[in-house]
Amino acid sequence: MAKRIDVSGLTAYYGSHKAIEDISMTVEPRSVTAFIGPSGCGKSTFLRTLNRMHEVTPGGRVEGKVLLDDEDLYGTHVDPVAVRRTVGMVFQRPNPFPTMSIFDNVAAGLRLNGSYKKSELGDIVEKSLKGANLWNEVKDRLNKPGSGLSGGQQQRLCIARAIAVEPQVLLMDEPCSALDPISTLAIEDLIGELKERFTIVIVTHNMQQAARVSDRTAFFNLSAVGQPGNLVEIDETERIFSNPSVQATEDYISGRFG
Amino acid sequence: MDISTKTTAPPAPAEPPAAPLKTTRGATRPGDRIFLGLSRGSGILLLVIMAAIAAFLTYRASLVLSKNDGNFLTTFEWNANNTPPVFGIAVLAFGTVVSSVIAMVIAVPIAVGIALFITHYAPKKIGGAIAYVVDLLAAVPSIVYGLWGALFLVPHLTGFYSWLNDYFGWTHVLEWQGGAPRTLLAVGILLAIMILPIITNVSREVFRQAPLMHQEAALALGATRWEVIRMAVIPFGRSGVISASMLGLGRALGETMAVATVLSPSFEINASLLDPGGGTFAQNIAAKFSEATEQGRDALIASGLVLFVITLVVNGAARAIIARRKEYSGANA
Repeated sequence: MAKRIDVSGLTAYYGSHKAIEDISMTVEPRSVTAFIGPSGCGKSTFLRTLNRMHEVTPGGRVEGKVLLDDEDLYGTHVDPVAVRRTVGMVFQRPNPFPTMSIFDNVAAGLRLNGSYKKSELGDIVEKSLKGANLWNEVKDRLNKPGSGLSGGQQQRLCIARAIAVEPQVLLMDEPCSALDPISTLAIEDLIGELKERFTIVIVTHNMQQAARVSDRTAFFNLSAVGQPGNLVEIDETERIFSNPSVQATEDYISGRFG
Repeated sequence: MDISTKTTAPPAPAEPPAAPLKTTRGATRPGDRIFLGLSRGSGILLLVIMAAIAAFLTYRASLVLSKNDGNFLTTFEWNANNTPPVFGIAVLAFGTVVSSVIAMVIAVPIAVGIALFITHYAPKKIGGAIAYVVDLLAAVPSIVYGLWGALFLVPHLTGFYSWLNDYFGWTHVLEWQGGAPRTLLAVGILLAIMILPIITNVSREVFRQAPLMHQEAALALGATRWEVIRMAVIPFGRSGVISASMLGLGRALGETMAVATVLSPSFEINASLLDPGGGTFAQNIAAKFSEATEQGRDALIASGLVLFVITLVVNGAARAIIARRKEYSGANA
């Protein structure tokens, strides 16, 4: 289910602007890797290169390699649509489809991938909602619109939607930044459970969150505004937050800048 | 002592007196009252105008309806200047509804296609150019459409009519006796072109506003471009497209000059759209008004009242459709 990501020499552009430069790292399967860093350092851009969402932005293009186990996501003849079916994503703002019911939201990805029998679909939806710790809250109103749920519930609905298609990797772009502390806690607990099955990469502005949920942490920085972001270091989370090997990391996590 | 000097220090400068909470003018300000009056007045004025139109139509219609020697709803004849007058709207209602439905069937899919192409497929420059051309289409006066329809479209339709007759003549609906193609189908095609811009423009606006976050959600699930549009754009724009279609339908139902120029009216109902049969309310009023007596005009006004009611019903139906889907509309995202 979970695959290793090997990035080497990755550079991403918006038009002529270089957003991130020469990033190489390895993301271990069945673990949580957190990306931290100041605003504009390109951590979200980098995340979006991992499922080929970056190139959807007008002018967006990528150089370098992203190996998922041994397959290059940017190789010739690789279909970006197929990549996104393998690498799921959860966004900053909860975005369930407003025109669909809770059930249809979770089933949306499955319906794209092929035809399922109704009972089969129901089983997967139930399993996914249970996997996202949302089943008990919504089991009586599966055909109500997803937009009627609270923000935290909507975000868990989006997680259920993402894991329903059984991706290899789950990318999360600041999944808790629009949520209150209690909903945040629910999502963080969920991340702890999901890493048993998926490779998880999470971008967060909240360093405590990175310390709580991740096994490894990558620190991104940029030398000046307008300059491309780069990877400063990636290490065990514990080490990053206690004894980082680069001074800039220590300055950032101790609140001396950023 | 220190303490005594402190106590004798000059008091802090007095704070400016707080504004009193009660004022002579009470709780409202003139600006609020004027704006309230203006907006309320505009709302009431609209209702008064609608009521005045309805009252005028009803009054003038009632003068002649009692004298009608035919059945207003079922008679296939329009001799309203005679004494006693004989007139009925059956043919007009048939022609109006059928030509407008043909126009909708042709125009709505094309308009939605153009709108989606402009907003989600075309490069920005090409999309802008197409949008500009569509806007131009809306600026053409309807009499020009009528002339183009009569002098260009109709002569070029003979081939299409005989093709329809060859392959679909057995349905009777598309059977052709070989007359001039100045029939309801030609009118429907012309009306489709005329209502295309308004449906396209309104649809384009709603599709443009489809939230990026839902499109990205679909993309991230592994949706192709078409699947993104199906999951996150069309459902979001559905109520807007319905509204747009109703605006177009309203125009098609009431279109006068273009229809009067192209259609060769006849007071009969024909199963085939390719053979003469049918007129429309607006076309009939335009054609008969100049030679109508006082009584003949009242009869035409009675037919206008029916068109008014049909338009109201169509709009009500559209609103009902939109309201039923409200819970799932993109508006509460």
